[in-house]
Amino acid sequence: MTEEREMSRRALLVKLGVLVNIVVAAALAVPVIGYLLSPLKGKNHYLKWIAIGSIDDFPEGQTRLGTFRNPFRRPWDGMTDDTACWVRHIRGTEFQVFAINCAHLGCPVRWFPQSQLFMCPCHGGVYYSDGARAAGPPPRGLFQYPWRIQEGKLMIQAGELPTLSTKA
Amino acid sequence: MGMLAKIVTWLDERLNFVEPLREVARHPVPRRSASWWYVFGSAALVLFLLQVVTGILLALVYVPTGASAWNSLQVLDHSIRLGWFLRAMHGWGANFMVAVVLIHMVQVFLFGAYKYPRQLTWVAGVFLLLLTLGLAFTGQVLRFDQDAYWGLGIGASITGRVPFIGSWLVHLLLGGPIIGGATLSRFFDLHVFVLPALLAGFVGLHLLLVLKLGINEWPMPGRLVRRETYLREYEELLQRDGVPFVPYAIWKDMLFAAGIVLAVAFCAAVLGPFGPGGVPNPTIIQTAPRPDFFFLWLFALVALLPPQMETPVLLIGPVVAIAALLLLPFLAGEGEKSWRRPVAVLSIMLIAVCLGALTHLAETAPWSPVMNAWSAAPVPASDLRGRSPIELQGALVFQDKQCRNCHSLGGVGGHRGPALDSVATRLTEDQMIRQVLQGGGNMPAYGKNLTPAEVTALVSFLDTLHPAGQAPAQDAARKIVKETESPGEQSGHP
Repeated sequence: MTEEREMSRRALLVKLGVLVNIVVAAALAVPVIGYLLSPLKGKNHYLKWIAIGSIDDFPEGQTRLGTFRNPFRRPWDGMTDDTACWVRHIRGTEFQVFAINCAHLGCPVRWFPQSQLFMCPCHGGVYYSDGARAAGPPPRGLFQYPWRIQEGKLMIQAGELPTLSTKA
Repeated sequence: MGMLAKIVTWLDERLNFVEPLREVARHPVPRRSASWWYVFGSAALVLFLLQVVTGILLALVYVPTGASAWNSLQVLDHSIRLGWFLRAMHGWGANFMVAVVLIHMVQVFLFGAYKYPRQLTWVAGVFLLLLTLGLAFTGQVLRFDQDAYWGLGIGASITGRVPFIGSWLVHLLLGGPIIGGATLSRFFDLHVFVLPALLAGFVGLHLLLVLKLGINEWPMPGRLVRRETYLREYEELLQRDGVPFVPYAIWKDMLFAAGIVLAVAFCAAVLGPFGPGGVPNPTIIQTAPRPDFFFLWLFALVALLPPQMETPVLLIGPVVAIAALLLLPFLAGEGEKSWRRPVAVLSIMLIAVCLGALTHLAETAPWSPVMNAWSAAPVPASDLRGRSPIELQGALVFQDKQCRNCHSLGGVGGHRGPALDSVATRLTEDQMIRQVLQGGGNMPAYGKNLTPAEVTALVSFLDTLHPAGQAPAQDAARKIVKETESPGEQSGHP
């Protein structure tokens, strides 16, 4: 009788030990999980309006490579912050700014002014001058950055690597 | 008693390790299993150890930051004595490790060694394969050159296809909104801490299971595995024809492992390290990213799948493949063990042929446009000799409008579209005009980008592209129209 009581007391203490450890582990794990998930931010958290140059840098009727430093960066990013985009100056104050990344799998597309086409070197995706899909495996046209003109500067809203589920 | 023996005795009194080690060394294996076919597992382990050692040495110099990783590899390659050799050993060691793990797996599969009671050994092995491939991919990222950068972009693009939570997954993969320092840090973390630790754990489990359950006996066609009798039969086999692992089997493992390490060193010394390629600057777009050898088949697959099937295949395919591998020993845990299993043998052949064909295709990547062919590859002189001015003008249009990037002449140029050396025998003039203006079948429509005069010139040139003595294709109706039209009245009405 006494022995059984002793045993059940020990068993209770072991259970208590396990319970205390679960509580401590959970209390520590929650902030750690928060730390791991820290890159997840609200919908437009990473996006900012930035200038990619004066509108005179982009002659009317042409499509040219624009570059900008990504607005969200860390000091040790090195040159990976430098981002390219294709700027199409249609006429007057009408622009289109395309992400460099192919809508298929993100390779950098190249502009050919002679044939007025964007071609992708990876899997042969082709787009027309207005970014619409022309041929190949891409499921949609080129990603486009929202743009506006402010004090003679062409501004775009950028900050994320564009994919089918993240914004340009 | 020598000094060494004294030390061992002193240690053994406290650690009690000599007897367990002896037991491991003397554990009996079936005589026929002490075979050259059973050396791949130990070779994979030796390669893993080689990777650990060379990896630790490389980490003495390598700097895992976006700004410095590429430069630190240059220092390793050029400024530190034998730094290039260590990089080459690590790179070639990785290739050999993937290859040996795959060979080991195929051998185990064909020998039916995953069947009762060794199902869990196989499951641990599947995780070892996945970890090995994970290490290969993350290692390629640490090179942090152009290919690594765009490879990450491809990884992010595939991740972005996941419905609903795609953007979260992309940000978790990249450690932020873009490919940058945070991305490299997390792949470094995976490559150096997480994956090797997991791999070591699974290696321990894998080896423990091999020791506990005994190495698979040599498979005999017609000798079936039955749950009720297998353990007793295996025990009897060991009693009848068992030999201690040391020295009967281990010498083959040792010789093979030494040979493999020597082969790695040979490749490293002769062929050198992998990259790094160009600097990871995303504004340098004159690049055609390619994955490392073991992922080339995937590169080919995403180029050749019909577009609407890509997302399902990319997202569901891996889940199905891994589930199939994990479930295999539970669905086929008994019965025939030998290679007298037609489905098994055919599956291996099918997979090997598919992977081999895709890899081979990816090496030439005929679906990729040759981005500089239009300006770098001249039209063959034989296609220009004796041509009329309008046909010559057409050849110019052909080059200037980048047709050559996708269509070859004289074998030079892109292979995305058909070679055009004899296009005139396949398409009539009208069909060519339609194809140029409207595109279709992977070709963009040039309707808006060519003037009518350019189209006329281009098609006149294309109409000359046919072998000597073989007439160009002609629309029969058109022929009649031409014959009834009198000269000078081509565009008018009678």
